Amino acid sequence: MPSTIVTLKLNGTERELIARPSTTLLSALRDTFGLTGAKRGCAQGGCGSCTVLLDGRPAVSCLIPVVTVDGCAVETVEGLADGDRLDDVQQAFVDHFATQCGFCTPGMIMSATALLNREPAPTRQDVTEAICGNVCRCTGYEPIVTAVLSAAESRRDGAAEGRHDSAAERRHDGAGERHRDAAAPLSGKAAG
Amino acid sequence: MGRLTPIDTTYFKDERAGDFTVIGSAVQRSDARGHVTGRTLFFEDLTPPGLTHVKIHRSTRHHARIDRVDVSGALEVPGVLRVITHEDVPNNWYVVLRLIGVGPDDEPVLAEDRVLYRGEPIVAVVAETEEAAREGAARVVVDYTDLPAVLDVEAALADGAPIIKQAGTNHFVYEGHPCRRIRFGDVERGFAEADRIIEGRYSSSPIEHAPVEPTGCIVVPQGDGRLRIHSNTQAAFFTLDNTALILGVPPTSLRVVGGTVGGGFGGKVDVIVEPLACLAAMLTGRPAKYVYSRAEEMQVSSTRAAEHIHIKDGVMDDGRIVARQVTLYVDAGAYSRHSPYGTTKAAAHMPGPYTIPNVHVDCYCVYTNRTPSSAMRGFGVTIGDFALESHMDHVARELGMDPLRLRLKNAYRDGDMKAHRKIASGTALVEVIQSAADLVGHDLPPEYRAMSSAERPEG
Repeated sequence: MPSTIVTLKLNGTERELIARPSTTLLSALRDTFGLTGAKRGCAQGGCGSCTVLLDGRPAVSCLIPVVTVDGCAVETVEGLADGDRLDDVQQAFVDHFATQCGFCTPGMIMSATALLNREPAPTRQDVTEAICGNVCRCTGYEPIVTAVLSAAESRRDGAAEGRHDSAAERRHDGAGERHRDAAAPLSGKAAG
Repeated sequence: MGRLTPIDTTYFKDERAGDFTVIGSAVQRSDARGHVTGRTLFFEDLTPPGLTHVKIHRSTRHHARIDRVDVSGALEVPGVLRVITHEDVPNNWYVVLRLIGVGPDDEPVLAEDRVLYRGEPIVAVVAETEEAAREGAARVVVDYTDLPAVLDVEAALADGAPIIKQAGTNHFVYEGHPCRRIRFGDVERGFAEADRIIEGRYSSSPIEHAPVEPTGCIVVPQGDGRLRIHSNTQAAFFTLDNTALILGVPPTSLRVVGGTVGGGFGGKVDVIVEPLACLAAMLTGRPAKYVYSRAEEMQVSSTRAAEHIHIKDGVMDDGRIVARQVTLYVDAGAYSRHSPYGTTKAAAHMPGPYTIPNVHVDCYCVYTNRTPSSAMRGFGVTIGDFALESHMDHVARELGMDPLRLRLKNAYRDGDMKAHRKIASGTALVEVIQSAADLVGHDLPPEYRAMSSAERPEG
C-alpha cells in the first residue's frame, strides 16, 4: 500500500504528514511532529503511557494506524498548559506528588483530563476506572487519585466563580483562556 | 513551607540540636513541572538524524553448546546494515562489579560457544529501521546441542550436579569459601541449651521490576570521535567505565548523558545495552538505538533473585532466642551481575535486629540456568527480612507468645555486640515497636512499655 497524506487537528492546529500504512499515531506524534510527551512503554496497548485524546476520548496511540484517524482532533499533554501556566490537572499532579519518575505522567494526565471533561464531579471509583489502563510503577496510585479529585474540585470552584470557560467549551473552541484559579506560585509551593 | 506531620524527636533530643526547617516539610520536586508538561526528556525522546536500530537474536535454550551461527539470512533483509557477533566485541567478557574488585569476569557481551540461559544474546543486528532489525534478528539461525540445565539453587549445589560455570563451581567463591559466612559464639552449644528448637523454610520467586520505560540507550557519534551515550541507566559511571573496558577505549572517549530514568528500581544498574549500541555506532558511523521491547524487559532483563532461606532457632520458653542458624541461597541465575554483592548484603543483614549470643550464617550466591538476577530495591535484604520476620511470627505462635513482646525481648540495645562483632549504637527498634503498638491499639504490659533501647533488662 502506498503512503498517504493524513491531516490531524493537533492541539488545535491543522497539521499534515505523509504516513505509511503501518505508521502509528504515536510514531507520527513523536517522530514527525516532535511531540514526545506521549511515551512508548510497551507498544502493545498495555501500559497507557502513550494515551492521547482522540476527538476528546482517551486512546492508546501506539495501537492506532495514523491513516485511520485522518481528520480527527488529537490532544496531547503538550497542549494543556498555557505557556508557563499549568492547567488544573497538571497543577494538581505537582501539588499532590502524583508524579515520580514521570514516564507514565503524560498518559495519566490525558486519561484524567478525558474523565474531567465528561464528568466534572467524579467519584473516587470514577477516577480509578478512568486510569485503570495507565500503569504507574512508582506511586502506588493513591497520590494520583487524590490529585485528580483535587483537580476536579479546582475546576468546579473556578467554574462556579465564573473565572473561566467550562472544560467542555475550552476543549472545543481551543481558544478559551487557560486558567489557574489559585494563582499559586508555580514552584516552591507546599502541598496541603 | 508547611509541615505535613511534626516529627517526634524526643528520643534523639541530644543528637538533634539543629533547628531543622526542611525535614518534615513538603518541598516541591524539582522535576515535577517537566513531568506534567511532557517537557522532561527521556533518552528515547531524542531522534538524531540517521538513527539506526539494534535488535538481538537470543538463545532459545536454557543451557546448550552453540554448534553453528548462520547470519546470512539476516544480511539479506533490506535495510540491515551489519550483524555483530562476539568476534566483533573487543573485550567480550566482563562482570559489572569488577570496578570494585569482584571477579572473575563471567559474562560474555555476546555468547561464544555456549548459552547459559534462555534469552541470552548471541547476535546483534543493526538496521535502518526497527522492523528491519527485528526481521534480521529473526532470520539468524543457531544450531544447538542441548546440555543438562540446572534450574534450582539447592540442586545446583548437590553432589553430581552438572557444573555450568567456567570457574568450576556453581557458586561464587568468597575469599576461598563457598559462601559468605558469619560465625559468632557456638551455635551447637546454644541449641543444646535451648528449651525448644524451632525451624522454618522460606522461599521467594524472581521479581521483575517492570519499569514503564524499557531499558535502553541511544548512542550518537560526535565530530571529535567521541560517543555520546543517552541512557536511562541508574549507574552512569558503572556504565561509562564498563563500556570503555568492553570496547577497549579510554573512558574519556565516551560521554554518558543520563539521570532521567522512567522507573528503575534497581533494574537499570546492569550494563547491558550500552556496549552493543556503542559498537553499532562505531561499526556503522551512525547513531544507534538499542531499547528492550516489553517482552525483553519482562523476560530477559535481570530480576530480583529468587531465594531459599532455612532458619533454625534455639529458643527459651520465656522467648529469648539463644541460637540462630541461617542457610541462605541466592539464585544469581546464569551470571554474577550484582548478586555476589547482594549475597554479602544478605549475610550482613543476618540475624536481623536481634541480639542472639550464638549465630551461624552461610549465604550462598548460586549459579543456575535461569535469567540472571541482579539489583532491585534493597536486594539481599528484603527477602531475608521476609524470612526473618515470618520466622519471628512462627516462633511466637509456637511459644504462644505475643509477637511484639517476642521482638521487644530480643531487640538489640545500644552497647550489644552484634554477630558481625560491631557494637550496636543508635538503635531504636524498641521505641519503634512501642510506637507501632500504640498506633494500632495493641496492649503491652508495663515491663514491656518500660523497655528502652538504651539499656537491656536483667535476664
